[in-house]
Formats: sequence, C-alpha cells, structure tokens
Amino acid sequence: MGLLQQLPALQVAVPLIGAPFCALMVRPRLAWMFAVAVAWITFAISIALLEQVLDAGPIHYTMGGWPEILGIAYVIDPLNALIMVLVSGMAAIIMPATRIGIDVEVVHRARHLFHTVALLALAGMLGIAITGDIFNLYVFLEISSLASYALVAMGVDRRATRAAFHYLVQGTIGATFILVGIGLAYMMTGTLNMADMAARLPGVSHTAPIQAALAFILIGTAIKAAIFPVHSWMPNAYTYAPSLVSAFFGATATKIGAYMLLRFVYSVFGADYAFGDMKIGWVLIPLGLTGAVAGSVVAIWQHDLRRMLAYSSVAQVGYIAAAIGFANRDGLIAAIVHVFNHGLMKGALFLVMACVIMRRGKADMESFRGLGRRMPLTMGCFVVAGLSMIGVPATVGFVSKWYLVSSALDAGLWPLALVIVAASLIAIIYIWRVVDVAYFTDPPPGARDEAPAMLVIPAVVLCALCIVLGVWTDLTVGVADTAARLLGGAP
Amino acid sequence: MNAVEFVMGHALQWGSVALLMIGLYIVMTRGNLIKKVAGLNIFQGGVFLFYISIANVRDGTAPIVHEDAVLYSNPLPHVLILTAIVVAVATTSLALALIVRIRESYGSIEEDEMAEADMG
Repeated sequence: MGLLQQLPALQVAVPLIGAPFCALMVRPRLAWMFAVAVAWITFAISIALLEQVLDAGPIHYTMGGWPEILGIAYVIDPLNALIMVLVSGMAAIIMPATRIGIDVEVVHRARHLFHTVALLALAGMLGIAITGDIFNLYVFLEISSLASYALVAMGVDRRATRAAFHYLVQGTIGATFILVGIGLAYMMTGTLNMADMAARLPGVSHTAPIQAALAFILIGTAIKAAIFPVHSWMPNAYTYAPSLVSAFFGATATKIGAYMLLRFVYSVFGADYAFGDMKIGWVLIPLGLTGAVAGSVVAIWQHDLRRMLAYSSVAQVGYIAAAIGFANRDGLIAAIVHVFNHGLMKGALFLVMACVIMRRGKADMESFRGLGRRMPLTMGCFVVAGLSMIGVPATVGFVSKWYLVSSALDAGLWPLALVIVAASLIAIIYIWRVVDVAYFTDPPPGARDEAPAMLVIPAVVLCALCIVLGVWTDLTVGVADTAARLLGGAP
Repeated sequence: MNAVEFVMGHALQWGSVALLMIGLYIVMTRGNLIKKVAGLNIFQGGVFLFYISIANVRDGTAPIVHEDAVLYSNPLPHVLILTAIVVAVATTSLALALIVRIRESYGSIEEDEMAEADMG
C-alpha cells in the first residue's frame, strides 16, 4: 500500500508520535521548529484527505487490517474532513507564533513542555474527528481534554490554575457522561462501530437504555461544547490561559464538541429518532438561543476583553446548537459552516489579544486606549474579525448567519429568526465598545509599537480568510452542503 | 415484575447509579479541592461498576479459556473499562498536580478562601 492510502492513520499518528519527540528536545528553538513542522505536515495531510473525500467519496480505513466491525475503523466524510482542516489549519497558523508568544504568557517552568502538550491536544482533537469507533472517540476525547487542562494551567496568572482545575472537573464530568451513554448504547447493540451501531439501533430504540444513552450523550457533548447553561468552565479558562492557547481552543475545542453532537445525532442515533421521537430540538433550540442572547449581553459588561470574547463564544456556540436543533438542511449547513467560520474569527480575535498583551501586558479596556494609532495592523484585524462576528455582509459571519436565519424560517419559527438577528445586533455593542476606545480616545504618549510580525501575521492571515471565505463560499458552503446530504439531512 | 425484583435484579446498576449520584453531589457541594477530586473518583467508580455489570453473563465464568467452562462473561467491557480506569488515573494525577500548584500560589485549597484572595 502506498503512502496515500495510509493518510488517515498518519493524520493522527504524526502529531501523536511527534509529541514525545518534542519533549526530548531540550533546546526551545528546536522544539518549536519541530512542532511547527508537525503542525504543517498534519495540515497538508488533512487537505489531501479533504480532496480525496470530495473526489472519491467517504474513506474507510481499518487499523491493522481487522474487519471494520471488530477493529478500530477510521471513517472520513466531508464533515469530519472539514473539521480536520479547521483544527490542523488553526494549529499550523498559530504554532509559528508560539516562539515569542510563550515567553510572555506561559509560566517559566512549563515552557519546555508547551509544544509537547500542544501537539497532544492537536492529536486528540483530530482523533475525535476521524474515528468511526465510538469508544475510540472517548479515548481521544480524554487525550485532548487532559492536554487542554494542562495548557490552560500554563497561564502566568495564578487564576489560570484555578480555571484549569474547574475545567478539569467539569470536563471530566462531561466525558464521563458520554462514557455512560456509550456503555448504554453498547449494552443494547453489542457493537462499538458507529455505522454498525446505527444499523442496529432502530430495533431497540424504544427501550429506556437507548433513550437514557441519548440523554447522557447530549449532556456530555453539551458540556464539552460549552452550550448554555453548562458553559461555566469556559469564561475563566479562556481568560487566564495563554492567549495563543485561547486562540487555538476558542477556534477548535468547543467546535469539536459541536462536531461530536452532530456525529452522535446524525451518524449514530439517526436524525429521525433524535429529532422525531426524542425531540431534542426542543432542548437545543431554547438553550441555544438563550445562550446566544445571554452570552452576548454578558459580553457587553466585561472589562477583560478575553473574558468578553469567551462570553461571545458562549453566544456563538448557542447559534450552532440552535442550528442543529432546527433539524433541517439549512440548519445543518449553518451549523457546519458556523463551526468553521467562527473558528476563523475567534482565532483571529484571540490572536489580537495575544498581540496586545505582548505590548501592553494585559488586555483590559484601559490597555486598548488609542491602539488604533499605536498598533494599526492589530486593531485592523480586530475590526475585520469583529465585523465578521457581528455578521456584516462580505465576511464569513454573514454566510453562517444567513443560513441560520433561513433555517429558522424553514422550520416555520420566524420569531426565532428575529431573536437571532437581535442577538447579532447586541454583538455590535460589545465590538463597538472596543473600537470606540481604540480609535476615538487619545493614545498614551509614545511611538507606534506594532506587535512582532510573528504574532501579527497569523492574525492577518485569519482575517484575510474571514473576508476571502466570506465572498467565495464554495469551500465552506459547498463542503457543508455535501456533508449535509451525506448525513441524511432532515427527518 | 414487583418492586423487590426490580431493585434486586438490577442491584449492580442501582449501585452504580448511587455511586454516580454520591460522587456528583460531593463534587458540587464541597469547597475543598481534594474532596472534589475524591468525589470525581467516586463518580467515575460508578461508571466502572456499570461497565462491569453489563459484561456479566448469567452463570458465565471469567473470560479465560478453560475446559470445563461453556459460558463466559463478555470480556470487551472489561477491556474498555480498563482504558477508562487508566484515563481516570491520569485525570486524578493531573488534578492533584494542579492542586499542588494552587496550594503554592494561594496558600489554600478551599474554594471560598481562593475566591476571597482573588477579590482582594
């Protein structure tokens, strides 16, 4: 077999095996170069996989040649191929910035292990996305979660360790809920392969264990995706983690939670059962939209801008949850596209925070005074990504909001479309607050001091993508459309 | 099926639900971080018990090949839960390591005292 056939295994194996090697490299510069190389190789693999999937349909890869039902199978369809491009792409864009970023924002004694843990988190997330085995998903979930807790704890502020501890407790509860759900589903079907389980579930779907399994998995993934009201680990974790870590997790970690929800609902339990019989839409839509409004309102009052962005993430995850809950084709497209698009903008915004912290030491409203003139490029990025967050036309935010609103209308719930638009309008307030301070107040004395190029360039790249993919929507919407069709669309 | 049968017939499942509830209650109500970790362990213990209980086959013996045995328990959940136990060990050790760091920087492992220290 050629190398091309082994790409699914390499997608996870390269960062997973790269991590311990990274730990052996004593010189920080070397470890950084190695981690960057691994991230870019992983990104290249994910793009190759996406192309293969779009050309030739879903890929089935079996580990060690075992039959798919017995062994661990990797199954790649357009949905997880797109998620893997997002995750590895964010890693590839952010990893180069860590060389200078960690000198300011990571506690000294953890620095030599930063890249090792970052690669582990990357491997875990890619594993969650790629696997077609339900227990394997749990294992990768814990790999990425453990690495996430450690990364959050690396922040210089002592509150980072507290935030990491709370993240650990809540994350473990979430993962354990998923584990209980998996156990119940296994008990009734006798299989761990997702496709096989999906085929056997209809025969037993009226039983209490399966109903309980769906409930456990729904709650577990909701905690991991930080869907309101089980989002409370997120604001502190993203505020006190090193900003580059927040940039990576803000773009990927909650998105992996949303992906798991989609995968479980559509590929394991089936949309007919989950939305038709069990009516999980009645849970996801109210909670999602409450989160969207509440998250946006709370974001307005935050003094620390990283906390503001974290609450804005609560709101954005709310849109995704509601989009899944609408359970029609546009909703599915909106959820997938928004997972990708929100990753781009939140990544860019947290990178802006990293730039500001590099120059000002912190990221509260005070340190943004006059930054429009002091750090024009950084603030330019903030404005572009901020407009995208609001959903202004010609940005990626508009594309996902468009599908979201049209899916609410398709579902015959036009008042909810108004709620979505209103929540987007609230986003204008919290973005404008920052723009106002940065451009319309007098800067503190001193010359122009743009953040180092290594930090600004990744932010600029992500902002450029926000606009390019907002105008040219073939990639995201096209792939999401194919993915939605393959998942089976609406009940 | 009467009530007694319902409880006794699922004794292991009831036990695991009890452990899950006790663990979750400790995690939510205790302010001491070590106690929280202990609660988390009890919570995970409930899941271990649950997996072992679903592996059981009536009159089945341990899943080791033996000439007298005809019926074996299902070994797969045993293997799965072994993995989950390893994960729980890793989680606990990371949590304890974090508590050490918290104790170093706050001088306390009580939630309310830490919250007070961060306010001031």
